Amino acid sequence: MAETRITPHEILLPVKAGFIAATLVAALLLNLLPWSGHALWIKPDFVALVVLYWCIETPRRIGFLAAWLLGLTMDVADGTLFGQHALAYTILAYAGIVLHRRVRMFAVTSQMLHVVTLLLMNDVIVITVRALAGAEFPGFQYFIGSFVGGALWPFMVALFRLPQRPQPDPDHA
Amino acid sequence: MEHTPPPFFKTGPTPLARLLIFSSLSITLLVADTLFGYLTPVRQVAAAAVYPLQRIALAPGAIAERIGEFFVTQSSLRSENDRLAAERLSSAAQLQQLQALQLENAQLRELIEARKRLDVKVLAAEVLYAARDPFSRKIIVDKGLQSGVQAGQAVLDDRGVVGQVTRVYPWLAELTLITDKGHFVPVQNQRNGLRAVLSGTGSEGTLELRFIPLNADFQNGDRLATSGIDGVYPAGLPVAEVANVERNAASLFARITCKPLAGVANRTQLLIVIGRPELPPRPVEEQKSPRPKRARKG
Repeated sequence: MAETRITPHEILLPVKAGFIAATLVAALLLNLLPWSGHALWIKPDFVALVVLYWCIETPRRIGFLAAWLLGLTMDVADGTLFGQHALAYTILAYAGIVLHRRVRMFAVTSQMLHVVTLLLMNDVIVITVRALAGAEFPGFQYFIGSFVGGALWPFMVALFRLPQRPQPDPDHA
Repeated sequence: MEHTPPPFFKTGPTPLARLLIFSSLSITLLVADTLFGYLTPVRQVAAAAVYPLQRIALAPGAIAERIGEFFVTQSSLRSENDRLAAERLSSAAQLQQLQALQLENAQLRELIEARKRLDVKVLAAEVLYAARDPFSRKIIVDKGLQSGVQAGQAVLDDRGVVGQVTRVYPWLAELTLITDKGHFVPVQNQRNGLRAVLSGTGSEGTLELRFIPLNADFQNGDRLATSGIDGVYPAGLPVAEVANVERNAASLFARITCKPLAGVANRTQLLIVIGRPELPPRPVEEQKSPRPKRARKG
């Protein structure tokens, strides 16, 4: 785990815009897979997870507009209320951007606590919006996905940092 | 992380300002969607844009299924073939009977100058996925506006009513299942003709007859069929079977739970009823009466 510490001391190459876009599209595809039954309950919201990662990692490059548009996409694909995910992702992006300096100071395992809390907040926003529109509370298993999302965080951090690792220069080897 | 020096003077709006802008945009959309329903065209355009992504996401499952089909054993195919042949024989006999009955019925109806019942036209559709929304019971099928599907059309499977088309996209349509919490089907008890409204409960495999008086004649095992008085569901389609009747003298109404006859949750092939029964025009609404607040139908 020591290698995957996000600390200000680790020097990484700048993130390519294409890589950010590719991860976001991949997250969208994962969310759009035909999940059903029990898999639906443990499924984390991949888009929320990836948006949160990029908001913490590069808050200047990815932010509200991307989060909002991805939220609208999820609303259309799932046939939910138009704007429900958009609102939740916007607030999630805000939390990620405001907290990014603080979260980066922690080791990846401690970051998981922040991530789970933020994803739970995301769920609560969605549930509140639906409750205002007249839906009933879907049960506590609705929150399982956020814990799974938190558990996936270290793997995602390790994976997303691979392209930014500086390659050893063959001339200086 | 950033290799460009931070712009000292031009950073644009602060995060809080941006949060307020985008949140209020979202809330505007939510209100426009839930209260006024203004956003159908916007939704359709966005759905057309998302459609390729959805197809890509569905591709792995479809490929796995096709590979699975390739390895189906001959014996299972044979047994299925035998079963289908037997079914076809028995249904052919029933069909002949039915044709005779239909002729007879038509003649009788002409005799009593009844309105001819419209032939029900159906369109086969395949279920793509269940909507990933734990708040409602909805599924997405692969036929949409392009195939003539319209919101409000009834959806059946081989055993009974499954639900109703509630939203149409260019190539997809969204069905609300009869088990959805906000969904109601007008039904009639096939045993004694009692009419009632069957409502979904939001949980799979359970339906409920609400506001039925304690002394109403409903028994376990009664079959309920659509009554057709709503103009959405054609009359006479089997919907559900009464599973449990609870008469508690302390409450005003009997508690009647039913279970759907159709495979509401596990079907992949469905039929969408395209033709609607012709109804007489609705009576003209009175002009000056204040509009009552209507509950939104899910």
